[in-house]
Order: sequence, then structure tokens, then C-alpha cells
Amino acid sequence: MSDQSSVNRSRRSLVIASACAGGAAAVATAVPFAASMLPSERAEALGAPVEADIGQLNPGEKMTVEWRGQPVWILHRTKEMLEEIKRTDAKVADPKSERKKGELTPEYARNEYRSIKPEYLVVVGICSHLGCSPQDRLKAGPEAFESQWTGGFYCPCHGSLFDLAGRVYKNKPAPDNLKVPPYTYLSDTRILIGEDKKGA
Amino acid sequence: MPARAREGHLEVRALVALLALAAQLALAAEEPVRLDSAPIDPRDVASLQSGARSFVNYCLNCHSAAMMRYHKLLDLGLTEQQVKDNLLFTADKIGELMNVAMTRKDAKEWLGTAPPDLSVIARARGPDWLYTYMRSFYRDPESATGWNNMVFERVAMPHVLWTLSGQQVQVERKFRNMEQAEAIGRPQKNAWKIDVLTPDQAGKDGERFILKTIRTETAGSLSQIDYDIMVRDLVNFMTWMSEPNQLTRKQVGYVVLLVLLVLLVLSYLLYKEFWKDVR
Amino acid sequence: MAAAEKQAVTGAGPFNGLLTWIDQRFPLMETWRSHLSEYYAPKNFNFWYYFGSLALFVLVIQIVTGIFLTMNYKPDAAQAFASVEYIMREVPWGWWIRYMHSTGASFFFICVYLHMFRAMLYGSYRKPRELLWIFGMLIFLCLMAEAFFGYLLPWGQMSYWGAQVIVNLFDAIPVIGPDLAIWIRGDFVVSDATLNRFFAYHVIAVPLALLALVVAHLLALHEVGSSNPDGVEIKNVKDPKTGRPLDGIPFHPYYTVKDTFGVVVFLIVFSIVVFFAPEAGGYFLEQNNFIPADPLKTPEHIAPVWYFTPYYSILRATTDEFVLWVLAPGVVAFALLLVWSLKKRATRIAVGVTAIVLLAGLLKLDAKVWGVVLMGTSVMIFFFLPWLDRSPVRSIRYKGPITKTALALFVIVFFVLGYLGTESVTEERTLAAQIGTAVYFLFFFLMPWYSKMDKCLPEPERVTSK
Repeated sequence: MSDQSSVNRSRRSLVIASACAGGAAAVATAVPFAASMLPSERAEALGAPVEADIGQLNPGEKMTVEWRGQPVWILHRTKEMLEEIKRTDAKVADPKSERKKGELTPEYARNEYRSIKPEYLVVVGICSHLGCSPQDRLKAGPEAFESQWTGGFYCPCHGSLFDLAGRVYKNKPAPDNLKVPPYTYLSDTRILIGEDKKGA
Repeated sequence: MPARAREGHLEVRALVALLALAAQLALAAEEPVRLDSAPIDPRDVASLQSGARSFVNYCLNCHSAAMMRYHKLLDLGLTEQQVKDNLLFTADKIGELMNVAMTRKDAKEWLGTAPPDLSVIARARGPDWLYTYMRSFYRDPESATGWNNMVFERVAMPHVLWTLSGQQVQVERKFRNMEQAEAIGRPQKNAWKIDVLTPDQAGKDGERFILKTIRTETAGSLSQIDYDIMVRDLVNFMTWMSEPNQLTRKQVGYVVLLVLLVLLVLSYLLYKEFWKDVR
Repeated sequence: MAAAEKQAVTGAGPFNGLLTWIDQRFPLMETWRSHLSEYYAPKNFNFWYYFGSLALFVLVIQIVTGIFLTMNYKPDAAQAFASVEYIMREVPWGWWIRYMHSTGASFFFICVYLHMFRAMLYGSYRKPRELLWIFGMLIFLCLMAEAFFGYLLPWGQMSYWGAQVIVNLFDAIPVIGPDLAIWIRGDFVVSDATLNRFFAYHVIAVPLALLALVVAHLLALHEVGSSNPDGVEIKNVKDPKTGRPLDGIPFHPYYTVKDTFGVVVFLIVFSIVVFFAPEAGGYFLEQNNFIPADPLKTPEHIAPVWYFTPYYSILRATTDEFVLWVLAPGVVAFALLLVWSLKKRATRIAVGVTAIVLLAGLLKLDAKVWGVVLMGTSVMIFFFLPWLDRSPVRSIRYKGPITKTALALFVIVFFVLGYLGTESVTEERTLAAQIGTAVYFLFFFLMPWYSKMDKCLPEPERVTSK
């Protein structure tokens, strides 16, 4: 009787040991397959940081640069525009950009102007609702969607509004402020989009 | 009838012998050349870097390596800055491919044929072929470029490295038998080959074996040894470039075999354990 | 019979409940029992019996690696070659996936050839396993098609010209040939159109057929039970109490465990190739195929991949002389042999008429056509093995010297033809290939006679432990 159980016990431990080893090997084999689905070197190369030359960008003008297939806006804000931003604090849903901090607003953009230098706004021009690209409505003045419009962006798809710091208005379909991508200044006239100072 | 059959038999035997020797030269020109063994060491990083430099300086003007990304050169122990400063010739960004500015259409017009892409040339031809080829150019006034190549007859490529290697000419010597010809040929430092004529073609003196060798007429800026080293490094690089993941592949292989060995022991014990019941 | 009366599942620990729920709605336990835990296989399987499960394992490898390759491969003549290099260089672990797929293709054929050889050794195709053998042969045909379509995909010189040559074979068919070839290609020469459709065949059409046939193959096997190295029917000697074959053991756990060991050994050999010699000296990944396809430049030396070379040899061996001096007399001699052996008048007349028609064709049509016919026949003849083998015993162990010699000669000739198929044509090699072709076909065509008259040993009643 004891012989039987000792045979069974050694058999069972062998089965367990083999199953564990085999299982580990199977998982180790699955990892490269899953990894192959990550961005390839070509995707990385194509998604590499992009340099933007803002030397010719006049105050009040906006330029668009493509990064990882997305439009990135660089807006050279005038002093009036910067003043307007303070006045929209009450109208926007998340004035201090506290929602999804890590995702949408890097540390150097967690200020009242959401940028490294106040004069230049750098945001990804994609509405946080369902992905359309909002239109420019940079001039202050009465508009159809808002009589006290102080300047910003209007998304034609479902009517979301963003101010001149890319912050989303209250009670609009879009839940979040426009995303600030990682970026850094290479010089006064050159911005590198896709990488911040830490070299992320 | 018997005499003719014997002759034909001898011809066939010589042909078979030559073909056997030239087994890997399915792509070469009509007659097989004895290929020198390329003394490359895939682990010699300095050699690879030197080869990379030669490649971008001399080859990328006409040839593309369109499946090779500049960024991959970092695997050779170079920094991004080093690549950007010294090797980024046909592109602006290090993430780009080693394309060449010349389109295939232009190439056909200017050179007669589009220079082949070199990304995997070392896998197609083999390092020995490449090593011998780059050292087998000789002056040929009858060709369009003024150059010919013993490994690749009537090649459309000119001898791009001639300022380094100097100018060579081809020398022919006739022999009555293969062994004599080979005895002179074998110690040659450059490429050599033996053309075999039929007895009819050989003429009265019966010298059917023509040994073709290469002799340097005008020296270049590099000595023979230095030129050979340069070509070795270039071929080393091209071999690496045709399969950049080669080293990783082998390293992973050792780990995998180790794991499999463990599984082998376990599965064998399991098999034996269960089969105690049988019989 | 009634599902509601099924017993609850036991022995699965915490999963008993779940499995019982499934079993009441799906033939789970019935399948488990009839195909695994109570499927009785002979206990004397030897080395040759690993290759069935290994072939199945390779099929799984090919499908999985194939799926991941398809994620990055571009079936467009302008992009195909570069996309393969993209996978090799830039997709994380792409090189590993690619090498496993290319090595797997060759190993699939190694396993299948050894698996078929086992059947020839032990008479596994004999009654009642003829249909099992037929399904297996159909799988083999699908496998060859799959390999042929797949080989075009890298769009190298060998890919292109190999496909060109083989599709041109269809051109040789009288009357309908040229139009048929155009229909197959979708163009006048192998082109992007051809590449795209071969991609469709390779990725989905043939794999579906393969999977269906493998299921049929396994069902047919389990219906009659496996044969064994002694060729005896284990079902003939059953335990009177349990009704189980005395020489049988349940497939699970005994053969699941043994086949696991087999898989590990296989993986070791497989990994050595994948990681240390993926080109296998130019046999698994040919050098010429690292040159992008060039419709204007034929390589000097076109050879099919190694697993097709025996048949390619037979194709090339069929010259005008061969047709005149070997095939024509061969047809006459064989017709005479048949007429002498068969007694019915009607059959004799049929044989005579067929022989005359064949002779007319041999003398009239190009050797090129007969080359294709012979090449096709060299594969199709395998289908008829169950009816060509008329030996009173199944296994080579009990067959006589003639059969053993014949089989040995066949194996040698298969290898020689295979080798010759990789080399370029010379007079001597053609002669060797012609002799090989003759021996190859004689092995099959004379089998009904030599298998019958051979002096066999008596088959045992129970399996032996050899």
C-alpha cells in the first residue's frame, strides 16, 4: 500500500515539475511573438521626434507639424491672447489641468499657460471627444456658439470648445483638455517635438 | 566510334571536375574562378566600423542598401553622434534607410544597368565571392568602363577603388596540363583562374590550360596588404549588414538549447516513469 | 444515450463542475475517452511512430509563425522582398519567426517523408487502412502545393523562376496547356497578379484544406486503430472481461507522454538549425533567393527546393531517348506481363488497347509532355500502394528478401534522384537519373508480382518486443 502511494507521489511530483518547466518554456516562447507586435524599428524611426522651426512664426500665427501621424499645433500667442486665458478660467472644466495629469499635461506645462514659454502653445490638435481636428477661432469676439468668445478652438464635429491654452470648456462633449506632447526647446527658434529635456 | 567517345568522356570529366569545384558559383560568369577564403571575423568590431566607413564612402554613391537603416549602425558600438558625423551620407536623419539618390532609370541610362542593392548581397554571393571580386579588377581597354573583372566577366561596375589598389592587368600563360597550371596559380595573392580549351581549340602545341592571373602594373595609395585588409573589412561589414541580427541569433540559440536540455531530462524521466506500467 | 443521464465528471478537482456543465452540452468526455484516455494503441510503437505527431506539431508551428509573418509581409511584387527583410531586421524577433517558418517548411517534409516511410515499412496502408492512407496522400499533395505557393512569396530569383518553370509545365499539356497556364498565373508571365493569388492560396485556401484533411486522417485512424511494427491486428486478441486489446495501451497517458519526449528531441534538432544554420548550406534558404526577382534575367542554375528534387529529377530524366528506349519498351513489356497474369479476356483486351494508345502517344507527343506525366505519376503512384502490395504479411519484418531488397533499392534511388535534382544537367547525371527513374517505377509496377511470390515468415499472433 505504501509502495503504491510512494510511486504515485514521485510520479505526481515529476508531472508537476515537468508541467511547470513546460509551462514556463511555453510562456517564454509566447513572449517574442507578442513582442513582435510592438512598434518595429521602422515605426520607431517614423515616430521619431520632429524638429519645428518657429523662427518665422509671427505673433498670432499658428503652424502645424506632423508627429507620429498626429497634427501638433504651435501657436505664437500675443499678449492679448495671454490676458484672455486668465479670463476663461471660470468657463473651462479643468482650469488647473488636474485631470489625467500624467497623460495630458507634462510637468513643465502645469502652469496657467500650459506651456514651457508663455508665448508658444504646443498642443496635439485632436479633440479629446472622438478625434476630430478642431478649427482655429483665434480672434476674440461674438461667435455663433458663444457670444463672449475670447479666442481658442472650435471642434465642428460635436461642438466642443477649447481656449487659447487648449483647455476644454464646461458642458461640452469633450471631457479633457488638449494633450501637450513631450517637447523641448533646442534653441529660441527650434522646438523638438516628441522628446522632452529628460530625453523621454 | 570508341576514340570519339573517349574524347567526349575526357571533356565531360574535366567539365564535371570544374563544376564540382565551382559548386557555389552558380551565379558567377561562365568559367569558375578559384575563390579566396575571406578572412573575416564577425566579432571584430573595429573591422566592422572600418568597413562601414568604406561602404558609405565608396559604395553608397551608386548602390543602395535600401533595407538597412542608418540607426542599425549603432549595433557596431558607434554612438548616434558618430554615425551622424561620419556615416550619414545619403540621408538627413539617422532613422532613415540607406537609399541612393540615383533612380534606377537614371542608373540604366548612365551605367547601362542599375547597380544592385547591396543589403543582402553577402547572402546571395557569399563573403568569399565578394572578397575575391573586389580584388580581381584589371584594366581592359576593350570594355566600356576600361575595367574588367576575373570573377565577373564584363561587369558593368568600374573599379571604384582603383586609386587605392592601383592598376592591375591580366596575364595569360598556357600549359599542357592542369597540374602545372594550378601549381603556378595557387600561390597567387590575387584571383586566378584556368580556362580549359577543347583539343581542337588548343591548336597544334596542345596547350589547353590557360592560366589567367593578375599583376599590378601601377601601385595605388595602399600596399597590397593594406588594400586586402580594407577589402576584408568592407566584406566583413557587408556580411554583417546582410544579417545584422546574426550575433543575437546565436546567443539566443545557446539559451534555448540549454532550456531544451532541461526539458529533455524532465520529459524523459516522465516517459520512463509512466511506461513502468507497460509490459 | 440521453444527455441528462450522463455521469458527472470526476477526477478533475475544482473543474469537475464546469466540465460537467460543458459535457452535458457538448460531447467533451466522449471525445476525451474515445480519442485519448480509452483509445487503445499498440504498445510496441518504435522510433518510426514519432513522425505523425511531429508532423502535426510542425503544422501548428507553421500556422502560428505564418500568422505573425502575415502581419508584416506585403504580397506586392514591388514590396515583397523588402518586406521580408523588414521582418528580418526591424520587427522585434521577426528574424526568429521567419527562420522558424522557413526551417519548419523543410522539417515538415522530413517528418512527412519519414512518416510515409514508416507506412511502407510496416504496411500501415493495408486493409482496413486504405482510406487512412488516401487521406494521408491527399495531405501530402496539399503540402506540396502549400510549399510551392509559399515559395513564391519572398519574391527572390529562385522564387520567381521556380514558379515560372513549374507553371510552364502546365503549358506543356496538349490543347489546353497555354490557356491553362495563363489562367493559373493571371498574366502572361509570373507577375504581381500571380504573387497575390498564390498568397491567398498559401495563407488560407490550402491551410483550410490541410486542416480538414488532418482531421479526416485522425478520425480514419481512430476508427480502425493504429497498425504497429509487427503488422498484427491488436484488435484480434482482446481481454474477455474488458473487451480491450491485450496488446493495446491507452493513448493517454502513455503516448501523450512519449510524444512529449519526442517533441522535445525534435525541438532540439529544430533549434540547432533555426539558431545556428538556418540556411542549411543553401538547402533550406537558397543563396539565389537573396537576389530580388528579375523577370529579365534567368539564373544559371534553377533548382527546386530539396524536397521536390526527386520528382524534378524524374522530369529532367525523361528525354526523347528515354521515351523511345525505356518507356515505350517498358509499356510493351508491362502490357505483356499483365496479359500473361490476368485471365479474363475483357481485361486482356483493355490492357492491349491501353498499351497501343500509350505507345502512340509516346511516339507522337513531345518528351516534355511525358516528363510532366512521369513526374505526376511518380507522386500519384503512391495512392495505389494498398492495392499493389499483395504480400500475405504486412510488416517488413516478416517479408522476404526480394521485398527487402526492393525497398532498400527504392530508398537509395530516392536519395540519388533527390541529389541529382539539386545539380545541373550533365550527360552522366542524366543517365544516372534515368536509371533511378526506371528503378523507382519498377518498385511500384512490379510490386504485385514480387510481393506475392516472395518467401515470407509467419506473422506472430501477438506483438513482439523488438
